[in-house]
Amino acid sequence: MKLYLKYLSIHIKSILQYKTSFLLTSIGQFLVSFNVFLGILFMFQRFSNVEGFTYSECLMCYSIVLLSFSFAECFFRGFDMFAGMIGNGEFDRILVRPRGLIFQVIGSKIELTRVGRVLQAIVMFCYAIPRSGIIWSASKVITLVNMVFGGTVVFAGLFVIYASLCFFTIEGLEFMNIFTDGAREYGKYPVNIYGKNVLKFCTYLVPFALFQYYPFLYLTGKSNQIFLAFYPILGGLFLIPCYLLWQSGVRHYKSTGS
Amino acid sequence: MIKVEKLSKTYQVLRRNAGLKEAFQSLFQKEYEEIRALDEVTFDILDGEMVGYIGPNGAGKSSTIKVLSGILTPDSGTCVIDGRIPWKNRKSHVREIGVVFGQRSQLWWDVPVIDSFELIRDIYMIPKEKYESNLEELTVSLSLEQIIKTPVRQLSLGQRMRCEIAASLLHSPKILFLDEPTIGLDAVSKLAVREFIIQLNQKHNTTVILTTHDMQDIEALTSRILLIGKGKILLDGSLTNLKEHSRNQSASLDEIVAQLYRQYEI
Repeated sequence: MKLYLKYLSIHIKSILQYKTSFLLTSIGQFLVSFNVFLGILFMFQRFSNVEGFTYSECLMCYSIVLLSFSFAECFFRGFDMFAGMIGNGEFDRILVRPRGLIFQVIGSKIELTRVGRVLQAIVMFCYAIPRSGIIWSASKVITLVNMVFGGTVVFAGLFVIYASLCFFTIEGLEFMNIFTDGAREYGKYPVNIYGKNVLKFCTYLVPFALFQYYPFLYLTGKSNQIFLAFYPILGGLFLIPCYLLWQSGVRHYKSTGS
Repeated sequence: MIKVEKLSKTYQVLRRNAGLKEAFQSLFQKEYEEIRALDEVTFDILDGEMVGYIGPNGAGKSSTIKVLSGILTPDSGTCVIDGRIPWKNRKSHVREIGVVFGQRSQLWWDVPVIDSFELIRDIYMIPKEKYESNLEELTVSLSLEQIIKTPVRQLSLGQRMRCEIAASLLHSPKILFLDEPTIGLDAVSKLAVREFIIQLNQKHNTTVILTTHDMQDIEALTSRILLIGKGKILLDGSLTNLKEHSRNQSASLDEIVAQLYRQYEI
């Protein structure tokens, strides 16, 4: 953990070398997400609710997904950029250092410009919370924290899968973005609105629904079953297959160039 | 002590002709060609030896270094370095070795060199006194004093290479792998790097394994030469042995090596 802070400090030092670039990128990140926010707003000017979810509830849902996605992108960026790390030999360097591989990949890329998205998510939270009509209690707060945390874990797992596939292809696989960027975009609405099959897919294969739809039912008071609040933790099981794939990828590693 | 026996490694390389049509065809039908990067490579290296590892591009030099430093797993054969198998005992192995890739940087691009050094200190968990004395020694012998507080992106190639070498030695490794350390350097920097490596070997008895295309590096540094071509070790001996292979005694070292490459058809 101490070493992680050192990595973090070197990233901050790097950013301080390019203050303007950092600021503009962060603002850009903020505006991209703001766009989606407008999309939801215009949508709800025509329809008062989607499958029983109101405007502020959808905003709430989106901000949770956005927040977890931004955290995952900020702290697990190394896996997202892994094709590049293999291509330029950075991963060779990681292999000749006496520390865990996953830890080093995480430490070598920390994308602090994602603070723009985090900020947007927080703005939406502040906008949605007073309008959502949720009666806050300790269990609701825990649910919310679980959702954000579980979401980060699931997105991180997807990045790890993406990185592991790079061992076999050397090139990045663009189709994986369906799951990461796609999930972020579709995640503005609770996934059940897309139909039963999508819900099943998002429950058993790629567990989006476990941190989004199910606990969200409890959060908004559509269900009283408290165990739904802990579904995101189940989503953590997703990391096991991701880790196994990563391990088999490392064994396949071929390195590149001179 | 490095003991390498019958090390083999094969790569699959995708083959296709130029042209858009061919590119589309290769989507459905792929032709692979097997390339034996290493073909039963066998050698021993004693502690404190300085070995020059030469061969044309693509002969298997870098692959050997990558196997010895634990980056690649070979298909067959054994390699034992001070009782460790590099790809199996990765963490304990890399603690004892230093690796410099001439064409790749290990320093953080945007921050002063000293910040990178401190991160490396924490990665290797080097004790404070040892780090300070090593840093002191490296700063003096590689004349880093002026450049250590400069961001890496503003260094010249020669300055950066000196920092790279220092970064690889902060944890006092017993073995140093240098993969083309003088590539692209001017005369002054080359000489400085060479002089430093000799000094290091004499003072700390560090084993040095060096790959290069610069025959002057070999002449200045190494007492022993390994020539590799098409994945096979073709010659293992001293500089005199190498010269004996040439008919023309007055030929320069570069000419002798070029002639050897032709002779072995590599």
